[in-house]
Amino acid sequence: MAREDKLYKIWVYLQAEPLFWITLTLGAYLVGDYLYKKSKLNPLVNPVAISILIVSSVLLFLDVSYDRYFEGAKFIHFMLGPATVALAIPIYEKRNLITKEVKPIIFSICLGIPFAILITFYLGKFFGLSNEMILTMIPRNVTAPIAMGISELIGGIPSLTAIITIITGIIGASLGTFLLNVFKIKDMSARGFAFGLASHGIGTARAMSKNKTAGVFAALAMGLSGIATSLFVLIIIKLLI
Amino acid sequence: MLRSLFIIFFYQLLGEAIQKFFEINIPGPVIGLTLLLLTFIFFSKKFTQSKKIIKEISAISHQIINYLSLLFVPIGVGVVMHINYLGDNLFTIFSIIIIGTLATLVFTAIVMEKTINLEKKNGKRR
Repeated sequence: MAREDKLYKIWVYLQAEPLFWITLTLGAYLVGDYLYKKSKLNPLVNPVAISILIVSSVLLFLDVSYDRYFEGAKFIHFMLGPATVALAIPIYEKRNLITKEVKPIIFSICLGIPFAILITFYLGKFFGLSNEMILTMIPRNVTAPIAMGISELIGGIPSLTAIITIITGIIGASLGTFLLNVFKIKDMSARGFAFGLASHGIGTARAMSKNKTAGVFAALAMGLSGIATSLFVLIIIKLLI
Repeated sequence: MLRSLFIIFFYQLLGEAIQKFFEINIPGPVIGLTLLLLTFIFFSKKFTQSKKIIKEISAISHQIINYLSLLFVPIGVGVVMHINYLGDNLFTIFSIIIIGTLATLVFTAIVMEKTINLEKKNGKRR
């Protein structure tokens, strides 16, 4: 009894410390990464999705709130900003590749973004979603802070948009490689660009881990689609609703 | 290493400040990225000394970027823990996300690959 008491006290102490949740997140990611490598880099075994599932299961099992978890995880989350700035370096190193493909880049943005908006709109209509819910879903392919801003602007629910945006990123990152292989897309810049446009930062992270050229084009697409979506969405919505 | 970290953090800070000041809809880190890129393009031609700094930042940046996926885990967990916010629409929303995202991905990749190949052909003819 006394020993259990002590263990319980240690647990109460540890779970209140950021260190515990940072360690759990890193550990879960290592497991995800290990399984990914073990599966011979099967694109369907996505390290991010696996680690999210592991951490969520632990939280649910131990009945720990997300706020408590985030007290520790925020230190990992914090690095997202600097990591985004750091993307400037691979882009700079591959700048000659980018300037070579200016026309395809502009063309793909001008077709890809309206496609993304329209397909969400018509799928929403097809599944009978309310207009408010459709507007909430429309900006989901751009990076979360921009998506929330657009959602507010067009009359969606920004907090839901954030959730939907993250799911979009994870779906694109975990199923994208598989699908692009099915359609036999070989060009690394085209593959990367599609990842960045359709599933923002999470897609970019995915592309970056596979191939630096793909990663650079993904980062570029992520930035451009944020701007392009803000512009296109207002015009398209005026025409549709 | 300290110098590189300082530069990266400083550019993010600059980006955040600009975003708040002009109230633009682009996230601070993306503005920071753009500014850092412009600095490199502009200054690397002017000073040979800046080449050394770029090399230094390059090493640390590739280290951070290698773990870019890990940095999305905390938000991802947040989504799982708050998934009930989507309510009765959960199944519908997931279907739309899966179909919509994958269709967009394939569409964009095909458009881009086709235009790149077209450019190559035109380039050869010239």
